[in-house]
Amino acid sequence: MDYNDYNYISTDYNAHNYRKKKKQQQQEEEEKEGAHCRSVTDQSRDMARPMEDSHRRFLQTMMANGIVDEQSARTLCQYCCETHNTQHTPDKLDDFIETINSKLQPMFMQIRKGMSEDNGHQFYALVNMAETDVTRMSSDYADNELELFRKTMDLIVCSENGKASSTDILNSADTLTTKKLKKSETEHLLNRLVHDKWLNEKRGEYTLSTRCIIEMEPYIRSMYQDQVKVCHICRNIAFQCQICEKPTCGIKIHNPCVARYFKGRAEPRCPACDDFWPHEIPEVRRPRSQSKR
Amino acid sequence: MEPTQLLGFIKAEMTQRKRVSNTQSSSQNKRQSVPLASQEEDDDSTFTQPSSSQVQRGLERFTPAQVDQKTAEVVQFFLVRDQKKIPVRRADLVKHVLKDYRNIYPEIMKRAARTFDQVFGLKIVEIDSKNHMYILVNKLETAEAPPITNPTNPKTGLLFVVLSLIFMKGGAVRENLIWNTLKKLRVDAGEKHEEFGDVKKAITDEFVRQRYLEYVRIPHTEPVEFEFRWGQRAEVEVSKVKILEFMGELHDQDPQSWTQQFREAHSGSSQSAPSNR
Repeated sequence: MDYNDYNYISTDYNAHNYRKKKKQQQQEEEEKEGAHCRSVTDQSRDMARPMEDSHRRFLQTMMANGIVDEQSARTLCQYCCETHNTQHTPDKLDDFIETINSKLQPMFMQIRKGMSEDNGHQFYALVNMAETDVTRMSSDYADNELELFRKTMDLIVCSENGKASSTDILNSADTLTTKKLKKSETEHLLNRLVHDKWLNEKRGEYTLSTRCIIEMEPYIRSMYQDQVKVCHICRNIAFQCQICEKPTCGIKIHNPCVARYFKGRAEPRCPACDDFWPHEIPEVRRPRSQSKR
Repeated sequence: MEPTQLLGFIKAEMTQRKRVSNTQSSSQNKRQSVPLASQEEDDDSTFTQPSSSQVQRGLERFTPAQVDQKTAEVVQFFLVRDQKKIPVRRADLVKHVLKDYRNIYPEIMKRAARTFDQVFGLKIVEIDSKNHMYILVNKLETAEAPPITNPTNPKTGLLFVVLSLIFMKGGAVRENLIWNTLKKLRVDAGEKHEEFGDVKKAITDEFVRQRYLEYVRIPHTEPVEFEFRWGQRAEVEVSKVKILEFMGELHDQDPQSWTQQFREAHSGSSQSAPSNR
């Protein structure tokens, strides 16, 4: 992606244009993505790349974990191939997963890749794309609990900093239309949502988890069109991020993307409006036991 | 399995809300809630297995895409139930998932079974042919634990101990013996355990509901006494060979020295999880 596209002097007009262009680009990207999905499936059908037990074991472990980081996914892939005496190509993890995805697609499931806003590492999450009540029937969450989760998402998406305080969430529990939740029940629910990896919590403030963002991204984009901002660098939705302080610009960049983009630059400048970037530049965080890339 | 199903409903609601706001009309759809435990009162008797010609005619009423969609819903339903290890009742499946597709039930089940086999490495097993109950079992050989942290339920260890005890004692064990043995292992069924929670409830209720254990009254006892046996899920999912190996290690003894158990473990009934390579 060319970051310099928007490296022009920002005027109101340009900012407007920029947003328009961004939206257009986003749409094009979505279309491209759709086309990509189809082509991969067609391709795999043509090539008849069959799923083997190594793939099935990988999928079963993904189902048990929900989300794994890239390093673990590589280790797991190797383990699954070795267990079933299948040839293992270390650099072909995405192909391996694509084989699974082509077979998962008819079930409205997918293993999707995304970045943690916290440390910038890549993760793989098993997402469910079904929009039905069938999956809800044995849900661990009651109707009013789901409603509160929805309200928490509202709070986070519409906030400035991508966070919701426990106080705000507790207050919104009073406005539930289904069945009110007591304070203690709400606190218990929030703990469960953190435990089940849907929310993260730090010092009484809640953010959307990597897993939740990976799974909900298309929905958040379409539901909160006006509120949602994408990262100027990686183009994914941004919650935990730094914001350009020039009011006419105001682009967002994920903290890990900031770290990578400004690494080694003496005087950081906004990639969109070229204004001075006044925030502290975080360190690039390497995944543990880094072997390549 | 991790709860992957939380968001399905929210997405459905979002899409719905968007549609509503687009058309400027509002409608409140009343969603009916399906309790986790199966309702005994709505029995299976209203459903009769359709004949093959009925299925054939039924299939003509739906497009291939509709049949695929329904199959996917059935697969999802099984997966969600499997997360909690709750058997799927055919009656629930027909009533809540298949609905208008009930007359092509055999075809949809055939496709779902194929998907479980080819994609997930799982198998649908009927554990109760009278009430038509199904569970999913793993078709892949049990291997060493995967290298990444698997959030295995801590209660699995507890279950394994209870199943081992029953197996070593010949298939049925009085309740008291279970509690006493656990006490020796410093697990007091009367107290809340920090890892297992309510031990007594886990064993007499949860494992029983999940069909790992049977908890039955011993006839003609005064006062009333209960005993435990292996449940149907344990019979298909748990390897007796492995239990014997485990006991051998624990007691530093050759598994073959338990002649009867060894014979049973290695008899033809080892249809389930094969031992390690």
